[in-house]
Amino acid sequence: MAESAPATHDDHHEPSGLIKYIWSTDHKIIGMQYLFTGMFMALVGGFFAYAFRMQLAFPGVDIPGWGTMTPPDYNALVTNHGTIMIFWVAMPVLIAAFGNFLIPLMIGCDDMVFPRLNRLSYQVFLLSTIILLASFFVPGGAFGGAWTAYPPLSAQSTYNLTPWGAPLWLLAVALEFAAFLMGGINFITTTMNSRAPGMKMHDIPLVVWMIVLASIIFMLSVGPLFAGAIMLFFDQVLGTGFFDPNRGGDPVLWQHMFWFFGHPEVYVVLLPAMGIVAEIITVFARKKFFAYTPVLYTTFAAGVASFTVWAHHQFIAGIDPRMAHIFTVTTLLISVPIAVIVFCSIATLYGGSIRFKTPMLWALSFIFEFLLGGVTGIYLGAAGADVYFHDSYFVLAHFHYTFFPIAIIGTFAAITYWFPKMFGRHMNETLGKIHFVGTIIPFNLIFIPLFILGLAGQHRRIYSFSLFPDLAKPEFQDLRVFATVSLLVMLAFQFVFLFNFFSSMIKGRKAEKNPYDANTLEWTTESPPPHGNWSELPSVYRGPYEYSVPGRADDFWPQNEPS
Amino acid sequence: MRPVANTRSATGIPTARLAVWWLIASEIVIFGGLLASYIMHRLAHDAWSQQAAYTNTWIGAFNTLVLLSSSLSAVLGHKAADEGNGQKAAKMLYFTMLGGVTFLVVKAFEWTSEIQHGFTITSNTFWSFYYSAAGLHAMHVLAGVIVMGIVAATAKKNEELHRVELIGLYWHFVDVVWIFLFPLLYIAK
Repeated sequence: MAESAPATHDDHHEPSGLIKYIWSTDHKIIGMQYLFTGMFMALVGGFFAYAFRMQLAFPGVDIPGWGTMTPPDYNALVTNHGTIMIFWVAMPVLIAAFGNFLIPLMIGCDDMVFPRLNRLSYQVFLLSTIILLASFFVPGGAFGGAWTAYPPLSAQSTYNLTPWGAPLWLLAVALEFAAFLMGGINFITTTMNSRAPGMKMHDIPLVVWMIVLASIIFMLSVGPLFAGAIMLFFDQVLGTGFFDPNRGGDPVLWQHMFWFFGHPEVYVVLLPAMGIVAEIITVFARKKFFAYTPVLYTTFAAGVASFTVWAHHQFIAGIDPRMAHIFTVTTLLISVPIAVIVFCSIATLYGGSIRFKTPMLWALSFIFEFLLGGVTGIYLGAAGADVYFHDSYFVLAHFHYTFFPIAIIGTFAAITYWFPKMFGRHMNETLGKIHFVGTIIPFNLIFIPLFILGLAGQHRRIYSFSLFPDLAKPEFQDLRVFATVSLLVMLAFQFVFLFNFFSSMIKGRKAEKNPYDANTLEWTTESPPPHGNWSELPSVYRGPYEYSVPGRADDFWPQNEPS
Repeated sequence: MRPVANTRSATGIPTARLAVWWLIASEIVIFGGLLASYIMHRLAHDAWSQQAAYTNTWIGAFNTLVLLSSSLSAVLGHKAADEGNGQKAAKMLYFTMLGGVTFLVVKAFEWTSEIQHGFTITSNTFWSFYYSAAGLHAMHVLAGVIVMGIVAATAKKNEELHRVELIGLYWHFVDVVWIFLFPLLYIAK
């Protein structure tokens, strides 16, 4: 093993060359592996969105880069767009990439507690990625039964017509879960046991708390779906009847298993994004985070409550109406703790000296855009309204207003903020702001029309609206074209980011140790941190958010500085 | 070489034991989901008791006895490891492994006979649950036996003795799962 105690840091051999990047047990390298895999998959998912939005705006057109789209193509692309963006972009980037990179650096230790388990976690994840992508090249093509994979469509190849694609999709998702369970155990135990001397529970930066809580929520919610995945796999390949009502099975059981995981999953990806935003707004507002302890306990409450809301996805699945009442109440209740966290983030800004650097712009836009997503969710959480909105583009626009801020805005906030620490260089601020404007404005222009279309009754999962006279009216088609053109603009601006990212990595301005005058421990070591992170591991004397403390010359007070 | 991170213990609980507890937590929800599904189906299908009547309670009871006894030697192995006696700990783990292997062999004969009588995984959803739940459990027994072999081999050299306790924890968990499976699949006719 290449891992070694920092005391012997000069003696031990760090693997060199390619081996260092593909076989490393260093948490920073593994974080990068997750980050780059996630970014690659974001390009794949984005390309899928481009292809099927072109089909919706211009039905039957010869799509550049894809060709003419058939209905099975369309279903496969929509299904895998959702699957990829949640399981292969949001989770690997927000939790695995930043969790791996940040947790040891922010709690002041040299690595994860189980470095080899960590490496295995990435390798299993990579295998799952390859399987998912391979499913596009098997007979019958990739699975097209939606990312929720409801049986009987997903269970029987006579219905879904993808005898290979469906089991491969399921296998990829199950392996991905296994990878995140391994990573999660590492994150949780590392944070519980390996904090720097002096770092008490309330001295842990919020983003670390959020990633750990997300890992716990994931671990406790994914089990039933893991069992469900085995059952569905047997239905697909052995011909059992777990979800087949003709043979004593129950298709709604899958929906319960899926959403028992699926709704907590929203909080699994939301919490890390909120943690990232919390770090950024305190640094760029130069203020102590408003109500750290209440926010922490509110998050615990939200985590517990997230296990009680799942059936709001099934209001029209034939569940007992009395049960729908209960889930309406719990769903509306869970907006309270989330609102508390959002309000405390906003309150942190009050009276601060705000610096509108690129990461801060992303963090502020997260709060704004996520609020829109949260507020539109209230309509869907109420069973009465949801019966009308269900499976419409209103739902689609709603969850893109939550997931886009989480997976895309949150990621850009984190990348632009920690880039100097990750690569030792600064990103270009002007290009960063151009990319910000070119992403946020088109994002709203994509999904506001889709809210309107959803209210007008436009159903999801329809390949071509030309067969539906009520929905094929020109005023609706114009909105679809508008949304698609906005998407093209937004995708075009991502090349600005990619250029900025890679060119800054090579020839950006060199970054000092602590370019933002931040308090948390990752800013007390070199940029980028060496193997082993510190030559001498830090101790902690105070909480992470002591900014603008009266009576101090500096407006920041690093956690590791003895008082 | 271990990272410094692995040598710290802010909670006072050894990191490895903490990790095994979290592993068990993640496993509880997997088996919990499967068994909850089974129980709900079972309550909705009275006719399944006719299928369950074909399971052999005596074989199930024998395997329960084997598995529970194997946990005893796991505990004795832990005790020996605490006393620093790696040789004895390894010997105790070998007894436990023997129990695990016996369990699997009995299960193999049991399943062979059932399949020969026409009760396959697809013949009825009761049998689907029967083979899935017991099969998932058997995979855990098999994994436990293999890991226990590795732990015993190092313990024999008086190295990494703390691992004896960890594999024991896991083994007890596998036992507890069987204690749920046995009444649900065999006793409830």
